[in-house]
Amino acid sequence: MQNKTIAELSQSLQQGEFSSEELTRAYLDRIDKLDAQVNSYITVTADGALAAARAADEQRQAGQAGPLTGIPLAQKDIFCTEGVKTSCGSKMLDNFISPYDATVISKFKQAGAVMLGKTNMDEFAMGSSNETSFYGAVKNPWDLDAVPGGSSGGSAAVVAARLAPAATGTDTGGSIRQPAALCGITGLKPTYGRVSRYGMIAFASSLDQAGPMARTAEDCALMMNVMAGFDEKDSTSVDQAVPDYTTSLNDSIAGLKIGLPKEYFSEGLDNDVATAIEVAIAEYKKLGAEVVEISLPNTGLSVPAYYVVAPAECSSNLSRFDGVRFGHRCENPKDLTDLYKRSRGEGFGAEVKRRIMIGTYALSAGYYDAYYLKAQKVRQLISQDFKRAFEQVDVIIGPATPTVAFNLGEKTDDPVTMYLSDAYTIATNLAGLPGMSVPAGFVGKRPVGLQIIGNYFDEARLLNVAHQYQQTTDWHAQAPEAFK
Amino acid sequence: MQWEVVIGLEIHAQLATKSKIFSGASTAYGAAPNTQACAVDLGLPGVLPVLNKEAVRMAVKFGLANDCEITRRSVFARKNYFYPDLPKGYQISQFELPIVAKGHLEIELEDGSSKTVGITRAHLEEDAGKSLHEDFHGMTGIDLNRAGTPLLEIVSEPDMRSAKEAVAYMKKIHSLVQYLEICDGNMQEGSFRCDANVSVRLKGDEEFGTRTELKNINSFRFVERAINFEVERQIDVIEGGGAVVQETRLYDPDKGETRAMRSKEEAFDYRYFPDPDLLPVEIDDDYIESVRITLPELPNAKQQRFVTEYGIKPEDAATLTSSRVLADYYEATVKASEDAKLAANWVIGELLGALNKDGRELSDSPILPEMLGGIIIRIKDNTISGKIAKQVFTAMWEGEGDADSIIEAKGLKQVTDSGAIEKIIDEVLANNPKQIADYKAGKEKMLGFFVGQVMKASQGKANPGQVNQLLKQKLQE
Repeated sequence: MQNKTIAELSQSLQQGEFSSEELTRAYLDRIDKLDAQVNSYITVTADGALAAARAADEQRQAGQAGPLTGIPLAQKDIFCTEGVKTSCGSKMLDNFISPYDATVISKFKQAGAVMLGKTNMDEFAMGSSNETSFYGAVKNPWDLDAVPGGSSGGSAAVVAARLAPAATGTDTGGSIRQPAALCGITGLKPTYGRVSRYGMIAFASSLDQAGPMARTAEDCALMMNVMAGFDEKDSTSVDQAVPDYTTSLNDSIAGLKIGLPKEYFSEGLDNDVATAIEVAIAEYKKLGAEVVEISLPNTGLSVPAYYVVAPAECSSNLSRFDGVRFGHRCENPKDLTDLYKRSRGEGFGAEVKRRIMIGTYALSAGYYDAYYLKAQKVRQLISQDFKRAFEQVDVIIGPATPTVAFNLGEKTDDPVTMYLSDAYTIATNLAGLPGMSVPAGFVGKRPVGLQIIGNYFDEARLLNVAHQYQQTTDWHAQAPEAFK
Repeated sequence: MQWEVVIGLEIHAQLATKSKIFSGASTAYGAAPNTQACAVDLGLPGVLPVLNKEAVRMAVKFGLANDCEITRRSVFARKNYFYPDLPKGYQISQFELPIVAKGHLEIELEDGSSKTVGITRAHLEEDAGKSLHEDFHGMTGIDLNRAGTPLLEIVSEPDMRSAKEAVAYMKKIHSLVQYLEICDGNMQEGSFRCDANVSVRLKGDEEFGTRTELKNINSFRFVERAINFEVERQIDVIEGGGAVVQETRLYDPDKGETRAMRSKEEAFDYRYFPDPDLLPVEIDDDYIESVRITLPELPNAKQQRFVTEYGIKPEDAATLTSSRVLADYYEATVKASEDAKLAANWVIGELLGALNKDGRELSDSPILPEMLGGIIIRIKDNTISGKIAKQVFTAMWEGEGDADSIIEAKGLKQVTDSGAIEKIIDEVLANNPKQIADYKAGKEKMLGFFVGQVMKASQGKANPGQVNQLLKQKLQE
């Protein structure tokens, strides 16, 4: 049961092989038995899940089931969930029960999906290894000595360990694609504005985007059919029609023009990862795609620009966590300054503090032009790189990460090396483009992710390109030994 | 030494939208604390602002009324600072690209001259909540009902040269925003408040002196007092050999003084940057025209029209157009009475006098225009004299009914029956033989004495014209 995809589960439920309640119970049992090894859930909502499953079963009996009715899902703990703890991986929000649902959450509820629980994540989505979580590091199901990636590390681990058929993630600089790559699952970061950000706790508002993390591109398409769309509560969401992402999955990709950015295959890329990616590219050629080398000349500027823009926005976004209205408040504050200093000092972890300080500095009088404004200009340059590339090619393909999963603790003392693990994913966030990571082999026990980047609102094509690859490969279908 | 005062004002006008600038919560004043603050106003994790289009329309209306440039692409920015009544830790405001740019406005001075004051900009922003320092035993209460209320911050050029000019400017804006129906102008509830930037320099100097900013002055009287106090203080400092320090000062209305709040060095670095949660506000010509056609007649145009259309004095027209409600009241009175001049006299003389005496606003006047018009009609048709009409007005003010019922109930109807008047005249003449002799000896002004006596004997009800005429006849007999 746990190896079935959403598409397969949906069929089984429809054919009455098992009920949603049985399916949900099976997943809750697995979580109970196995999650201690990976630490992928912060909160498991067993009662709510079973109630939702029973309601879904009734809906199905009434003949009103949709593709996601009764399907158990895990939600990243960055999404506000009414009546359920929403911690964002932080001590700051350890006591926060959200009074409302994020738009993504209410859409899944409406679609009849069952929430199993809330997944672990880097604190406030700041991290690339899921080691900054207040709830402890998540371990990579493929190798428990390795990190799962971050910030959606819990969601990636949940899917890889078969502790949920699929999960949601959010991606500010690679936080869906990098953990998807490191955990050998399929993840999509949609175009900025495609999925509502309402109720998704903001890290860097101009970069954050929610997306699906699942085992297959087809499952991502099914989830996107629910998640995507304009939301009047999010001014930055785009009012553009949402296609049925499943209808084009089986389109032929013969004649597809694939660009390989030479900057993604240069120094810093692990040889074994490079080899796996080359094998994948050969597969695409077999499927009839044309492959050309392209250049994204400003790629090297993306990490530095990102580490100005994202901290600048986060320094402001996280000001609301002040101990006044919700979240952690220090004991017996002497006065207002003491309340602020201790509540924030105690509530935030080291990485969050580091980024708030970097961002505060970058926005300060006298530095704004040199940092924030310059970074915005770099963003323009990076967008132009992609614009030129997409005049030439349909999609861009390369590695999702420079290396496979690194060891737990390996990079925690070296933030810059840690930041560079997002070197290939960050540029798409700066440009607002959609990107995917698809399983494409292993180096030892550890999975390799293939990145596919598309033009604005071209998610259907990305999913098609990924799905076609998954029809001729089985990397995505493999399960880690301990979680089979 | 001759000092010149330089003043610029920053006026905060609360826009009269039904809901807040970035949320759907109500903006109504006076609700129980925190009952009008939704998830967005509370700054809960994950919430996002959505711009209220009505606030944009109101800002554009203000800009068009003052010949301001309307910025085609204005941008919301975050002003970052920590304060308990600022839920998000930043205020959404506009910084580099405000929605309304340069414009100007005419103000009238006490000596009858007028002056142009430049408007630097006007930008949209959200208000903060309120910190309540009483009743919490060493703690502070936070009421976020006001958080997210739309404000238009109107920044003037440093064009004013006295506290009186500053007040004239503030009054003009106060009247204008009400004319435009974009602000209720209620200063007690804080819907209209101002900060003043004040400096002094030697007359003839080109450079401005160092300025101080006086915060949150919420009445016309306080603006004048605060500025005058501050001007004296700055002159004393300079003449005493010191230098004015650039700082923010708070006006204390109880002590009538300003005192230092924070210096330039302590000033916050607000770390402004464009708010990534909101798109830039794009405004095109069609939109501007659609707002322009909704502009009401503005005070200066209305004043002109009152002079030409109603034939009233310019200064009366100025008084009557000082607020839109008063101008509307006057025009309704004209309509009810069909006499523009009498209507002007009664509105300015009696009505404003009575309101002023009772400290009431026109909106709670017990006398409506139709009722005042009713009095004027009865003056015109000789039912009552002007003097009796004042009695009717007083009774009406006390809530005793409309003109006709008061006249009826109090028996104030003017006596026009010649026989009845003659009878009174005869009595008066019979009681004053000496005065008749004087009159006949050539003291013609004794006529006034007789008129007065007759009016008195008739309790003011005799028609004064008839009394005059009949008296003259009788005295010649």
